[in-house]
Parts: sequence; C-alpha cells; structure tokens
Amino acid sequence: MNGRFMLDGQPVMFEEGQTILQAAKAAGHYIPSLCWHPDFPPHGSCKLCIVKVGGRHVSSCALQAKDGMEIESNTPEINGERRALLQMLFVEGNHFCPSCEKSGNCELQAQAYELEMTSARFNYFFPVRPVDASHPDILLDFNRCIFCELCVRASRDIDGKSIFALTNRGIHKHLVVNAESGRLGDTDFSALDRAASICPVGVILPKRVGFAVPIGERIYDEKPISLVSMEKER
Amino acid sequence: MQDLDACVMDVLARHGRDPTRLLQILIELQDVLGHLSPPCLTRVAEGLSLPRSRVEGVAGFYSFLHAEPVGRYRIHFSDNITDRMLGAPALMETLCRKLWIEPGKVSEDGLVSVTTTSCTGMCDQGPALLVNGRAITRLDHHRVNEIAELVRQSVPLDAWPAAFFMIDDNIRRRDALLGASFEPGSALKAAISQGRADWLEQMRLSNLRGRGGAGFTTAVKWQSCRDAQGKDKVVVCNADEGEPGTFKDRVLLTRFAEQVFEGMTLAAWATGASLGLLYLRGEYRYLTTPLRAVLDKRRQAGLLGKDILGETGFNFDIDIHLGAGAYVCGEETALLESLEGKRGTPRIRPPFPVTVGYLGRPTVVNNVETLAKTTLIALEGGAAFAATGTPQSTGTKLLSVSGDCAFPGIYEYPFGVAIERVLEDCGASDAQMVQVGGASGVTIAGYEFHRRVAFEDVPSAGAFMVFDSSRDAFEIAHNFVDFFAHESCGFCTPCRIGTSLLKGYMDKLAQGFGAKMDLADIEWINRLLRNASHCGLGTTAPNPVVDTLIKFRPAYERRLKSLDFEPAFDLDAALDTARRMTGRDDAGAHLNGEASAREAQR
Amino acid sequence: MSDKPKLRVATTSLAGCFGCHMSFLDIDEHLFELAQLVEFDRSPLTDIKHCGPCDIGLIEGGVCNAENVHVLREFRRNCKTLVAVGACAINGGLPAQRNHLDLGACLQEVYLSRDGIANPGVPDDPELPLLLDKVHPIHEVVRVDYFIPGCPPSGEAIWKFLSDLIAGRTPRLPHSMLHFD
Repeated sequence: MNGRFMLDGQPVMFEEGQTILQAAKAAGHYIPSLCWHPDFPPHGSCKLCIVKVGGRHVSSCALQAKDGMEIESNTPEINGERRALLQMLFVEGNHFCPSCEKSGNCELQAQAYELEMTSARFNYFFPVRPVDASHPDILLDFNRCIFCELCVRASRDIDGKSIFALTNRGIHKHLVVNAESGRLGDTDFSALDRAASICPVGVILPKRVGFAVPIGERIYDEKPISLVSMEKER
Repeated sequence: MQDLDACVMDVLARHGRDPTRLLQILIELQDVLGHLSPPCLTRVAEGLSLPRSRVEGVAGFYSFLHAEPVGRYRIHFSDNITDRMLGAPALMETLCRKLWIEPGKVSEDGLVSVTTTSCTGMCDQGPALLVNGRAITRLDHHRVNEIAELVRQSVPLDAWPAAFFMIDDNIRRRDALLGASFEPGSALKAAISQGRADWLEQMRLSNLRGRGGAGFTTAVKWQSCRDAQGKDKVVVCNADEGEPGTFKDRVLLTRFAEQVFEGMTLAAWATGASLGLLYLRGEYRYLTTPLRAVLDKRRQAGLLGKDILGETGFNFDIDIHLGAGAYVCGEETALLESLEGKRGTPRIRPPFPVTVGYLGRPTVVNNVETLAKTTLIALEGGAAFAATGTPQSTGTKLLSVSGDCAFPGIYEYPFGVAIERVLEDCGASDAQMVQVGGASGVTIAGYEFHRRVAFEDVPSAGAFMVFDSSRDAFEIAHNFVDFFAHESCGFCTPCRIGTSLLKGYMDKLAQGFGAKMDLADIEWINRLLRNASHCGLGTTAPNPVVDTLIKFRPAYERRLKSLDFEPAFDLDAALDTARRMTGRDDAGAHLNGEASAREAQR
Repeated sequence: MSDKPKLRVATTSLAGCFGCHMSFLDIDEHLFELAQLVEFDRSPLTDIKHCGPCDIGLIEGGVCNAENVHVLREFRRNCKTLVAVGACAINGGLPAQRNHLDLGACLQEVYLSRDGIANPGVPDDPELPLLLDKVHPIHEVVRVDYFIPGCPPSGEAIWKFLSDLIAGRTPRLPHSMLHFD
C-alpha cells in the first residue's frame, strides 16, 4: 500500500516497502547517514539517520514508512544529536584529516561539514591501532574505522569471501581479516573486490594512488554530501 | 597439532558440525584446551565450513571465551556493587597478594589468573567469585586464604571442599508460585483439555505480562506467534539473567525447573511450536546437569517429546544453550543471534521475533519467571490469576533482595507491593536508596518509599538492591556505568562510544578532577544514549546516572574540583616520564594545577 | 563604529607550525580593516611576551609540553573568548600522531640508544620545557569557546570568523570555508 507521510512539515509520497530514508531521498529530501548504502539492506548502526516519529527517535534507514507518519529530521534538535554522534566517532578513532589520503573524499568528514561540526568536543581516546600493509595492492589503516560494516557486508554478501569481520565488543570492537596470521596479505582479497572500494572513510585504501586528485577537485571540496549523495542516487 | 585436531574433530562431531552450535562448540573446546588459540579457531572454521573471520568474531565477543592463554585456575570476582559493599575488592587484593599475581594477569607459571566479572547473580550470598566457571559464595578472608592454598597446591576443583560450592536459595517470602505444590504435567493436562484456543483465551484473561522487565503482554506475543506464517515455531526461555542484582531466575531454575519447562511446553501448546530452547547464562552453568536431569524425567513422563500426554501431533522438546558472559544477550534479538551461534548483536526490529525469530522461524521469547507463572494460569484459570496484583500488573512478582538488609533473598509479593513494605520485611532499617530493577532500573530515594512495584509505577525485572545511609550514591552509579561500558556490544555509535565517554566522566569525578561543566556533558551524553541507541542496553544505560543526578546531586557536586573546567588527567603526572628521563625535579619540571593553587590559598 | 573601543586580541602558537599564523596574514587587505577594529596584545606580530587582559585569544597548535600549558593557561586567564585555530589546536594534529608511542621509549631511542650518538643523554637544561606523555588538543586542558578547523584554516575563513566575532554574531563558517585539511 502506498501512502504519504509528513517530513518536517512537507508531504512525502512513498511506495510499499520503502523505508523513511529511501522515500525521503526519492522525494528529494536528504537525511544524513554513514552505514546505509543503497546496495545493501539497512544496518542501523551509525544512527546518523535518526529522525523523530511521533516524538520517538527511530533509525530512518531501517523503519518502513507508514501512511500519516509525522517525521522531524532537519531540526536543530536532531541535527545537534547527529553532530554529537559524529563527535563521538571523531574522538573514538584517530582521524587526522590533514595526513589522510581519503580527506576530501571521506564521508565521515563530509558529514562533519554538512552538520557544521567544528570540534570533537569530547576527550580523544587516541587508541593504538597498527596499520596492515601486507597486501600488495591495498593498505588497511584501522585508525579510521567507524564500524559501519560495509566492507564486512560487501565481502560476505557480494564477493562471497568474508574477508572482514568484527571481533571483541563495546569500545574494544575491531576489524579482523580472514586469516590466521591476521594479515590481509594472507587472504584472497583483491583490489577488484566490491569490498575494496566501499569504505566510506580511510581504512581500505588502494596503494600507489594516494593524493592523486588535487585539493579543490575532490568529491566534497565544492559540494556538500547532501548534494553529492542526492545526485549520485538519482 | 594432532591433539588439537583430534580435540576439535571430537567436539565438532558431538555437535553434528552444526554452525548454529558454534558458541557451544567454542565453550566446550575451551574447557578442554584452556583457551581458543588462532590455530584452534582455524580448525573450527574449516570443520564447520564457516569463514574463519566469523569464528574469530564470535570467539572475541563473549567475556568467558579467551583468545589468549589463561591460568589453569581462572578466578573471576563478581564486581556488582553489592559484592563490592560486602568487601570483594579487599578480598581480591588479598588473594592476588597471596598468589603473587597482579589482577588481570596470568601468573608466570600459567597457574592462575584473577580478575573481575559482571554480577554473577549471587548478591544475596556475596561476595562471590567464579573459579573455572563454578560459583563460590560467602567469601571472607578465611575462605580466600583456603582458596589461595588450594590453588598453590594445584588441587583439582572436584577435590575442593563441597561446602565452597553450596548455593543457598534464601527464599524468604512465598506466595502464589513459590508457595504452591506442583504436580509435573498437571498444568499441561489442564491446558490440553481446554484446547489450544481456550488455553490462549485463559492466558488473555490472566493479563500476564513479561517478567523480564519490558512487561509485554504474554498472550499477545503467543497469539502473534501462533498466527505467524511459517512452520517449526520455537519457544525460547530467556535464562540469561544478567541484570546486576537479579537472581530470582537462578532460584526458579534450581527449585522450580518443572514449572519453567512446563511453562515452555504450555507456550508450545498455545503457539504450535515444536522446538524449545533454554538460553542459560554462563554464570549458571552448574545448573545444566540438574536441568538436563529434569528434562529427561519429563521425557520419560511423556511431558516432552512426541505426542505429549497422548495428544497426537503435540510434539515438543527442549534443549539447553549456554551463554558465555554477555549481558546484551538478555535482549531477545541478541539472544536469538547468540542461539544461532553468532555475536550477540541486537537485530533491527521490526520484524519482531514472533514473526522472524530463531533461524527466521516464528519465535516466542519469554522470561523464566513468566513461563513458570503460566502454570498457575493453566491450573487456576486466567480470571483467578488476574484477581491478585493490580489491574495493570496482575499476579505476583519475585524480587531478588540484596544489599544493606538483614535478610537478603527471594521475596514473592502480589504486584503493587509498596517499597517500604519490602524494606520492612527484609530488615532494612536504615535505607536511604533502593535500586529497583537493577542497573538499568530506577533509583528510588527515601521520599519515594511509598511507591509500589508494578508496571504502572516502579517496574522491575526483579532486582531490589538496598543501600543504607553510609553508602555513596555516586559510587553506586559509577559501578553501574562501568558495567554498561563493559557490556555494550558496540554495534551502535551512541552506546559503543557513549557508555565509554560516560565512564570517562565518572572516572574523572571519582579521581577528583570533576568540574561543573562535566555534569552538563554527562547529561548530554545521557540524552544521546536514551534517544539514539539501538537497543534497550543503550537506552537504559544512563538511568542510574540520570536518577542519582536528580535525587542525590550533592554526591556529584562534592566531588567537583572546579566550578568551571578541569582537565580529565593530572597534568603534573603527565610529566613523570620526562622527569624520570631527564632526572629533573626543579620548579619548572612541575605543573601544579590552578585549582590546586587556589586550594592552597584557602 | 569608530567610537567603539578597540578589541584587544592575543595570538600564540603552541605545538604548531605557525602555518595558521601565516594563513592569518593571508587575509591581506583585511589586515587594514582589522587594524581599525582591534589592537594586538601578546602575539608573534607584536613580540609582547605576556598576555594582558584581552577580548579574544587565538591559539594555534596543541599542547605537547609544560610551557604550552603555562602559555595556554595565561591566555585562558586573560581572554574573554578563547579560540582554537587549526587542526593541531583542535585534535592535536601532526604532533599528536606520536600518541601511540611511549614517550620514555622515544627519548631512549633518540638520545640514548641510537647508533652513532656522540654524547648520549636526554637534554636536561631547566630552560627546556618537559614533554607531556601525550599531546593534547587545547580543549582537554582549558575551556575553549570556539574552533576554526583547517590545516591551516584559509585566510578567508579566519576573516569571516573574526568579523563575525567582532560584530557580535555567533561565528559560522559556510561549507566552502569549513575544511579539516
């Protein structure tokens, strides 16, 4: 059954089975997200896409749209909470943008621009996370992982390799690769895998092409992610 | 490697090389091998045709599974606030000193390791510990000395004094459930004679609500599962009693297992389920043998298996799965993931388990106490059940009472009992605060003791921790915050990072670096946890801080060093390494805090 | 406008590279405009050694040693509004990438056990500030009011921010001026 919900006071039409986020985007309304990807089922972990439905917070990527819903998304309250979630992600890892080759093409950074985050507010964790350069074509820099699990999902569901998984839990949760040695070079990972090009941040990086695109021409240098993302999916 | 291979093959074969049994397989392998080494995980993955990365992910999730070598004696002190109040930290220090080891580290000879773990559910007879998974309660210095001696002499656990492993029921007040005599099969007979539809109608009349905390109406759950598309429905009993301060399910499973299993079978009768699974928290592992014996007895009595009680086509059997130290698995969808042999990460809801549950099958997940209560409904009828308690909260509730009281233990009351009545009965003459419902529950201050335990007033999964006037509300909340940071599964951003940030702020206050600004930050993080978390763990994690900040605010304020801002770390101590390396100790080699300078002037 | 008393502004660089100060000078002709509105207290531009009471303090760089702490505290004591300027002040930046190394091991390697070292010994002159075991962003050491990200922030961004601040508007950077690199 198709229907209509109200998003920040504007009517949005949806088709049966669409989530709030899908329907909103299809109607030209951007909702920030990090772990959501059009090629995969919703994951619901980053929580950047939270909206308020009838006064309750929900993940818009995961909740199916229903007729008559009253939804708040682009409000100072929700954007403030989204900004705080980004700030949490920034203090959790080691995100040194000036020396990161993903800078300018990084979705975490782009969301921080989108939501006008100027500092991380909280105290930094400065975790110790060694990099893995064992693979001939790909570098893994775990310092920047935000646990969206897109690599886990892509490798498992598209590449059929399950190269990546998460182990441990809570703040100690971290990415591991499918090898007893723990080294990416000892897996059958390929730079052509879907998982090799899906990382929204700077964890999974192709070697020998870093900093190739000059500042000013990178994806989010000129356009905010809200525009880029809507153009890409149209 | 022959040993390892043989060992893995043996355990895998016993579990039919079923990947959904991965967690059970890892638990058993660790029993034999001591820890789960990288080659061991590789063999398991090969044997189950699973990606190794997934096996490593599961092994790393559960607190009681070890990737690194651990001591031959693994000692875990229960770290709940009630154990702490009974002196657990000093006892742990003593044990470590006697054994010449540091907490959290394995002794050099590989003999022993001593560390802490989340509440082990022995709060009425603490302080408690687990040694190689077996509970020892009522610790004191004498007992700790004996333990040190037994460990040093490498005495096998089975040869330790049996008295060490005695666990008391401490049932202090009996009502409808604990006071009734029960004939196994009687409730089932009654329900079968009513027919499935009428039995469900009795359940509806009873208005029984889930005793695990959320209070969802059981009959609605059962009805939805019965109506759901899909065969091979499942009944799961949630015996992952991890809420700090709760131990009533332990007593039910010890003394009233027949009622619990009969309740599961009653659920199967209502829903048409064929499979029952009891998910038992790892801390209660010692109950597996007696519980399996009860299951055998019930099979022999025709109360489980094919054509139960002669009712053709009523086939239902129950298996027991063990947890391995993960509070989040008490959340029903995380529990289902764990039952499937995965990391205990809560699923996206909807869909709810009643339609898409264990292995995608329609599944009812009920608490131990809820299931036991259904036997009363079958025997006496829904209306009779609903006649006790309050209209919104029918029947009785088991409370696990612990903390500062003369008679800790299990108390069964009709719902609606006033908190002051419970305090009077348990001999708590000097209470200033009660934590009802555990770490995720409600903090009740003295002026609220007239309030009642009921879903519509003070809901409770069963914990009732009493704190007298000598206790510090900040320390209590701090303990709970540590608990949540340790138990967060890490799936969603707010809970993974927020619980750790909250712990950071509480540590900062505890260390004397608190500033007024921190209280505002704490309140902001509380709000994010509540609003944005994926599951109940995150949304309820800030409860003890929210409540104590309202009701016991001076406990926080007296810890503030500054009314403005203080760094979270000791700046002077941050120069220690450089001082040591340079050998300097002049005035310029120190950073005295501005606040401390102000204090000196006072 | 000209009747208003000039705002006093102080600037300093802690564990930074003075790149943010260079960028500040990149506001070019706006410097004349700024000179009408503010006067400088302690700053590399004035060579005043200690900060007096100020309206605005601009801090470049993170906190890596004892002297940084003293300077930062002096600024916080004297400045009504304290602004973290640039990546290093905001998250420690490049200097903070030593945070995964043990300071003792670092000093050992550099001054004591390195091959071919002539006079082994960690410099211990009291004139030299001692290193903190970790590099901290300034908001972990004092309260900070505003942040201008960038490595460095562009002159344009610094000017936009300051002109907002001076005019009494809550400073805001549009997407084109907000960057972390």
